[in-house]
Amino acid sequence: MKFSRETLLMLYHDMLRIRNVQLRIESLYHLDEMKTPIHLCIGQEAIAVGVCSNLNREDYISSNHRSHGHYLAKGGDLKKLIAELYCRETGCSRGRGGSMHLVDTSVGHVGSSSIVGGGIPIGAGLALAIQMKKQNRVSVVFLGDGAADEGVLYESINFAMLKKLPVVYIYENNQFSVCSRVSIRKIGENIFHATPSEHMFTETVDGNNVLEVHEAAREAVLRARNGQGPSFIECKTYRIRGHAGAGSDADLGYRSAEEIRSWESKCPVATFCEELLKKGLIMQNDITDMERQINIEIDEAFLFAHESPLPKEEHILQYLFSE
Amino acid sequence: MPWSKIKPELNEPDYNNLTGHNNRIIPYAEGIREALDQALSLDGDVFVMGQGVDDPSSMFGSTLNLHEKYGRERVFDTPLAENGLTGIAVGAAIGGMRPVYFHNRPDFLLLAMDQIVNHASKWHYMFGGAVNVPLVIWACIGRGWGSAAQHSQALQGLFMHIPGLKLVMPSTCYDAKGLMLSSIADNNPVIILEHRYNFRHKGFAPEEPYRIPIGKGIVRKQGKDITVIAASYMVTEAYNAALELAKDGMDVEVIDLRTLRPLDEELILTSVKKTGRVVLADTGWKTGGITAEISALIVEKGFAFLKAPVVRVACPDVPTPACYTLEDAFYAGVPEIMAAVVKALNYI
Repeated sequence: MKFSRETLLMLYHDMLRIRNVQLRIESLYHLDEMKTPIHLCIGQEAIAVGVCSNLNREDYISSNHRSHGHYLAKGGDLKKLIAELYCRETGCSRGRGGSMHLVDTSVGHVGSSSIVGGGIPIGAGLALAIQMKKQNRVSVVFLGDGAADEGVLYESINFAMLKKLPVVYIYENNQFSVCSRVSIRKIGENIFHATPSEHMFTETVDGNNVLEVHEAAREAVLRARNGQGPSFIECKTYRIRGHAGAGSDADLGYRSAEEIRSWESKCPVATFCEELLKKGLIMQNDITDMERQINIEIDEAFLFAHESPLPKEEHILQYLFSE
Repeated sequence: MPWSKIKPELNEPDYNNLTGHNNRIIPYAEGIREALDQALSLDGDVFVMGQGVDDPSSMFGSTLNLHEKYGRERVFDTPLAENGLTGIAVGAAIGGMRPVYFHNRPDFLLLAMDQIVNHASKWHYMFGGAVNVPLVIWACIGRGWGSAAQHSQALQGLFMHIPGLKLVMPSTCYDAKGLMLSSIADNNPVIILEHRYNFRHKGFAPEEPYRIPIGKGIVRKQGKDITVIAASYMVTEAYNAALELAKDGMDVEVIDLRTLRPLDEELILTSVKKTGRVVLADTGWKTGGITAEISALIVEKGFAFLKAPVVRVACPDVPTPACYTLEDAFYAGVPEIMAAVVKALNYI
């Protein structure tokens, strides 16, 4: 597939924006003003962007605790994200959710779960609603390798295949669940221990290559829209930062600094940038301009969060039930 | 009583003197079936799912032949994957549908606790009101014929503990229908815990659709000496005990909670204020159960009204045994409620 320059620049912009938002969060986290656990997706930006660039505004995504990238790639409001990290009333979840529970229903993001695997059946359920209502939508589920240990994945995929649901599972294999390496939790590379099912489109891609992710997701989304049932795409990647919090965790000793460095050299944002520069599709000053614009937007979002009110104590019971 | 079939051979207590006046009397299961039929007919977003909803036993008759009328897209059998399918129902509800997920036994809801407790009950609050989960989960508590430890658990105490869930336990045919229609219309996750013994009953229920407010109980019998508070099948036992005690001049008020969460605190406290003596009767265990919670409520908010300690009638804290001699020892009913009332009335 040939990509237009406009598309390539958009993909780069969206990855760079997610990266810079995270770097800003990380740089301010030690101030202890964002009183909520953060799970950074630094090094995994190509997956969120490569997938969501195939989606329309009304398509659904179901996300997890490592959710900032999915939220932004789907078009979630940046100011409301940062305000949520500061637990403000203006946050996307009005300060009730925090970093792990993001939502923006105006762009089809209907909430992320921090119970590993929890969003997997919910995404299939959204697809069931789409099918029953005969809507032109798809449902995308982002899950990690930890979630792929959970039995609910197999329950959900079976049902999705049975009903030919318009759901796309994006398996972000970043190789770690907290400090536990995927190789000590799973036997073999193939999580299904079987040849790909004829009832589901499967593909394995380099999760650090945004164009590869985009292409596989495009095929999967198209199949979902055409009533051809579910897909499962494994995106191989690597969690550069620790499980939670800011900064490197190389000092913990469960993985080597060399291993982290080798994956940093495969950075999805930097490698894509180099490719664009090499092909002459982008100039250094374009990048500088893009970064300046992004940083202004981030400044505004943090200012918005700082100036926003905290939820009031007397509203503790609000939102327990819908009227 | 055969294990897999329940015959509606008994009349439920005639609380309002409705039988014999050309009122329509139908089997308990038919009340539920009619509610589902009407909800499916009135709202295209409603659908019914569960293991065996389209089979001949059809949830004790509650879903009988609905798949023929509405098709298997809207009334469908499910894989045996309770957690996954509950999550799918949650997702469908978020996506604008109104699922009703049927289970034969609440014991199997324990396989779905992650989606019920971590997800369905949290979604509205956790996202600051941005998303609704209009989901109904229905399960029927088993009893008798050696159902034993894993097919008879009355788990209302567990579910009552969880903020964000509504918990409904009907005791009459009229309520089974009206509360089902209210639960389906509710924008929140609602758990309906049915009781197998209710299905032995026939009772009054009008044909047209109607709703009973969730969160409101009802006084089944007025009395001035003592209040017996119960839910679900235990209301029948409490009422029959009250009729027996009346023969000896004891004037017992019987409250049917209908809904355990939200709980009708006002109804409870008003009655306790009037009588000053309370017996609580439940189909579940005593420790950490609903009788414990309501006792605490009465002590916290109605202590000054009490003339005697609260007396509780509940199952002993052991798994349900299979043998009928032990089942008899496990389940409480009219005799235990009568003894509890006498005990509370004799306290000076």
